[in-house]
Amino acid sequence: MSDVADRVKKIVVEHLGVEEDKVTENASFIDDLGADSLDTVELVMAFEEEFGIEIPDDAAENIQTFGDAVKFIKEAS
Amino acid sequence: MFDLTGKNALVTGASGGIGADIARQLHAQGATVGLSGTREAPLEALKAELGDRAHVLPCNLSDLEAVDALPKQAAEAMGTVDILVNNAGITRDNLFMRMSDDEWQSVLNVNLTATFKLCKGVMRGMMKARWGRIVNISSIVGATGNPGQANYAASKAGMVGMSKSLAYEVASRGITVNVVAPGFIATAMTDKLNDDQKAGIMGQIPAGRMGEPGEIASAVVYLASTEAAYVTGATLHVNGGMAML
Repeated sequence: MSDVADRVKKIVVEHLGVEEDKVTENASFIDDLGADSLDTVELVMAFEEEFGIEIPDDAAENIQTFGDAVKFIKEAS
Repeated sequence: MFDLTGKNALVTGASGGIGADIARQLHAQGATVGLSGTREAPLEALKAELGDRAHVLPCNLSDLEAVDALPKQAAEAMGTVDILVNNAGITRDNLFMRMSDDEWQSVLNVNLTATFKLCKGVMRGMMKARWGRIVNISSIVGATGNPGQANYAASKAGMVGMSKSLAYEVASRGITVNVVAPGFIATAMTDKLNDDQKAGIMGQIPAGRMGEPGEIASAVVYLASTEAAYVTGATLHVNGGMAML
């Protein structure tokens, strides 16, 4: 697993309080990991800080799964 | 009670009567205050009066780009914004039938859109801190309406609906969003009324007098305090009984 994915997973595990093995490629933050819509906003904020990038609102709306997040961050950083 | 030591508060309209007293009282409870307003001289005078823990942050709220920059400037000056008091407001009164688009839009921009932008601008820091206080200063006329003030009343009622919606969204993050709705308070804004108008208003106020700016500031201090953590989405009417809502 790439470094980016590890760092994203760490943020997701800490923020949502879920088991690491639940955070899979297609795991949806809201449907599978118990996030509410404000949690997803906070996750995006945490990704921005961890990776020093800006994630515009329209892009953030498309980040719904762990895999989406890793893909977006790899492309942006 | 109501100790605000270590908290940083941004107050808009701090050059006006009510805003200056809000800043004074937050400061007296131990908060560091960011004094924002259009006119720099009264802000500097207030800073000189308060001494330490005061920063001057001039901003013209009708310039929406300047509004976007204000939360960052406040965070740079103070470190964080823990308390936001949206107090700035303007009036451009006219009969509804004569009200121009510009009179409507300029009041909505300063009173409502700038409030929205400032709330949004401080929210990230408050969410991370899991603590925040927003107090929006509305007006009795937002609830009752007032002839000649369709724009002002709309902006002040809009503030209430916006505050309640935001209060829902962020309550679980330790952030409260409340409204203080002053009645008739002795300030430059109400000095413009003539004696007949004042006498007419007085007859409608059970307390038999206008309010003082400090009486609004005390309500703000309460809602900004840690003790008010369970109060959110509320509108606190401070109006001498003029409208019991």
